[in-house]
Amino acid sequence: MATAPGRPAPFALTHLQRLEAESIHIMREVAAQFRKPVMLYSIGKDSSVMLHLAMKAFYPGRPPFPFLHVDTTWKFREMIAFRDQRMRELGLDLIVHINRDGVRQGIGPITHGSAVHTDVMKTQALKQALDQHGFDAAFGGARRDEEKSRAKERIFSFRTRTHRWDPRAQRPELWRLYNGRVAPGESIRVFPLSNWTELDIWLYIHQENIPVVPLYFARPRPVVERDGALILVDDERLPLAPGEVPQERWVRFRTLGCYPLTGAIESHATTVPEVIHEMLLARTSERQGRVIDRDGGASMEAKKQEGYF
Amino acid sequence: MSAPVAPAAAPLTELLGAHEAKSLLRVLTCGSVDDGKSTLIGRLLYDCQVLFDDQVLGLENDSARFGTTGPGALDFALLVDGLAAEREQGITIDVAYRFFTTGRRKFIVADTPGHEQYTRNMVTGASTADVAVLLVDARHGLLTQTRRHLVLVSLMGLRHAVIAVNKMDLIGWDQARFDAIAAEARAFAGRLGLHDLTCLPLSALTGANVTRAPDEPGAAWVTGPTLLGHLESLTPADDPANGPFRFPVQWVNRPNADFRGFSGLIVGGQVAPGDAVIVQPSGRTTRVARIVTADGDLEQAEAGQSVTLVLADEVDVARGDVIATASDPCPVSDQLAARLVWMDEAPLLPGRGYWLRAGPALVGMQVSTLKHRLDVNTLEPLAARDLGLNDVGSCTLALDRPIAFDPYAHNRDMGGVIVIDRQTNQTVGCGMIDFGLRRADNVHWQPTRIDRAQRATAKGQHPCVLWFTGLSGAGKSTVADLVEQRLHAQGRHTMLLDGDNVRHGLNRDLGFTDADRVENIRRVGEVAKLMVEAGLITLVSFISPFRSERRLARGLLEPGQFLEIFVDAPLAVCESRDPKGLYRKARAGQIPNFTGIGSPYEPPESPDLHLDAAAHPPEALADAVVALLRERGLI
Repeated sequence: MATAPGRPAPFALTHLQRLEAESIHIMREVAAQFRKPVMLYSIGKDSSVMLHLAMKAFYPGRPPFPFLHVDTTWKFREMIAFRDQRMRELGLDLIVHINRDGVRQGIGPITHGSAVHTDVMKTQALKQALDQHGFDAAFGGARRDEEKSRAKERIFSFRTRTHRWDPRAQRPELWRLYNGRVAPGESIRVFPLSNWTELDIWLYIHQENIPVVPLYFARPRPVVERDGALILVDDERLPLAPGEVPQERWVRFRTLGCYPLTGAIESHATTVPEVIHEMLLARTSERQGRVIDRDGGASMEAKKQEGYF
Repeated sequence: MSAPVAPAAAPLTELLGAHEAKSLLRVLTCGSVDDGKSTLIGRLLYDCQVLFDDQVLGLENDSARFGTTGPGALDFALLVDGLAAEREQGITIDVAYRFFTTGRRKFIVADTPGHEQYTRNMVTGASTADVAVLLVDARHGLLTQTRRHLVLVSLMGLRHAVIAVNKMDLIGWDQARFDAIAAEARAFAGRLGLHDLTCLPLSALTGANVTRAPDEPGAAWVTGPTLLGHLESLTPADDPANGPFRFPVQWVNRPNADFRGFSGLIVGGQVAPGDAVIVQPSGRTTRVARIVTADGDLEQAEAGQSVTLVLADEVDVARGDVIATASDPCPVSDQLAARLVWMDEAPLLPGRGYWLRAGPALVGMQVSTLKHRLDVNTLEPLAARDLGLNDVGSCTLALDRPIAFDPYAHNRDMGGVIVIDRQTNQTVGCGMIDFGLRRADNVHWQPTRIDRAQRATAKGQHPCVLWFTGLSGAGKSTVADLVEQRLHAQGRHTMLLDGDNVRHGLNRDLGFTDADRVENIRRVGEVAKLMVEAGLITLVSFISPFRSERRLARGLLEPGQFLEIFVDAPLAVCESRDPKGLYRKARAGQIPNFTGIGSPYEPPESPDLHLDAAAHPPEALADAVVALLRERGLI
């Protein structure tokens, strides 16, 4: 028999052990309280941690819910390859949903801008998938330290029949008691990583040896500079200005989304410990690389009200 | 391009180790913007370097747009108030959670608004906090608001509180003034039984005595720890790991025929394989065989860990049961004395049915007695018939089945409950269990030899309740009377309970407030149930305006025994009939809370029979009721 890893002294749980226990508790509550839950899997580091926790929560059983990826068709190619490999390795049931209407209309971040693209290919696509399958609860990997409006969101966050979030009418959430009761058509978004910070995520990835997309680690990559952001030339869809030549630079990503909307940072961190070390010295927040967050002071709150995760 | 230069990896192991070893403290901050609460939190985040350059840049932009601290200065409050409405109105509405780390500790700060209308938010933040930091403006001293915060801190069972006397810079670090505030705060906290109270002078705006010792003129007398220093060194008094073993079962883990485990989070004590345990409320005893986790079986586990227990014997365990140490089990009861904090616009009504969530258990609950309401500013008990938003009341809760619990003062997870509305599914209140009432243990169901089926057989009929609901003047009593005459003519045994008649006797003590209407229907429902058990076809003619009470009455009877008959006539028709002259009086303001005028009527959504009482004469309506009884095979 083994004691839990990283336990410094008997009868003293580490910060990560407490976070892990809390997340597992939340996942079991969802499995028990809802008829048809689903776990959003967005391939990034937070999703990787959430998936790992779901595997632990129901051990030796399997997670009693499917996984869902909302594919905007503009994700980094390495993300899609990683996604398919992980799901195969773990033998999990993954639903991939693409907004076909959006594809037919040719919606994309370059032609339509980040706001339209995100709304059609992410928010609307997510609502389509939730409605189509009749899911009454959906796990997301958002954390409260990411953004101001997230800091005020509940762990069980109520959504109306039209998937709207009303920040002024949130259910009080006390102790470890979660109220998952909903009428038909209504749903709950669940955030089991609410109390984790970016640093906690990386420390846990390190401790548990969790695989993540290689884009989080630095290597020379072809990038172009757009409005101060370093954009990876991931495929031929990224138009280059006349005479513009992608430059090979040592870069990595702190956060992953649609490649034309996600800025890289210059870095030489090639391992998890080096990433952590770099983060401890960092002077910018991770969402800074996200073009969509800059659309206006309260833009995340507005998007969330519309049904964005 | 140059070769990669990796950051120095040598001190990294040490660095990771140091991060791992940090303990977590959950802090509640309360006070209003005027007290400088948001400024204090912003200051802590800024000084602990949690803020990144882009966030500081965003703050500079926001300060210029919405700021109240003058040109060039950072308005930390804007950092903390996350919702658009909060930024526009310059107020904090909801609980926000902030995270920061120092060299010694990790902190989660629940930041809650101060005004009385946000009591529920403060209670929410307090439910998971180890220590409360209460902001006081040095210029104003202890206000009613501060006293209320101290009352709520003690109500929510926090053992530690800090009075942060802010804006000391504005009173020139006047020691006498600070001492007076501190003495007053200590005296009040002592009356509440809140013994660990620390008072600290500081200035959130300048950071003096927040994260650094003050070097301002006049502040030389301030020698104690800074606020951050105090929070870094505080040891929480009650560690649930020291109490008896408590394990509420969330999930029965049964992946295949060979494995049957019970998953949950340990909320009290410790456990090891071989420990004798009791499954509650059933009371079956067994031993722990294994403690299963994905990282391998454990030799021991303690409060705060999520594990899966395998038991030595095949005992029946379901979600909501509690596995507890056999030598010190939980009390079990279906009657609980508790203090409730009401969190909904619609008031708590004694007698109305709600859901109660106690850990993973979900049970039906009604408040059987509302003993009194507490004045949250003074703790004075006040007489009350209902509880409004933000009210705190002392109550007896009657559950529809017994649960295992611990007094809230012993274990917050085992004694804290939430109340859920059955119709809206909203979380409408929270409660702290004080103790179970003996009544439940000592009053047992007396088994009787003759049961209801035998009584019904003797009468040769199927007893049931015909529940006539509708506005006053709709014709309920007239129709019920005709139906009873017809049944009587057929040799049926019947009883008619009429609203007005019952109010002359059994319900003489009740008025017409919402709370009294609920109790009125509860009693009649119980009486109707007794009549059905006696074998009678029971006709109930009551306005019974609320859906939830009619549902409560339905729930008292067997399926198929309760027939809801909606005697439907428009208000204008009822008012024109006005057989007792009540509408005229109500319109003249002589009868408050009259249904249809001063008080709502909630029509049935799917009655067993819907009678159009404006279109048909009472005889035809009575025929329809008798036809329904035949159709259902009851006569």
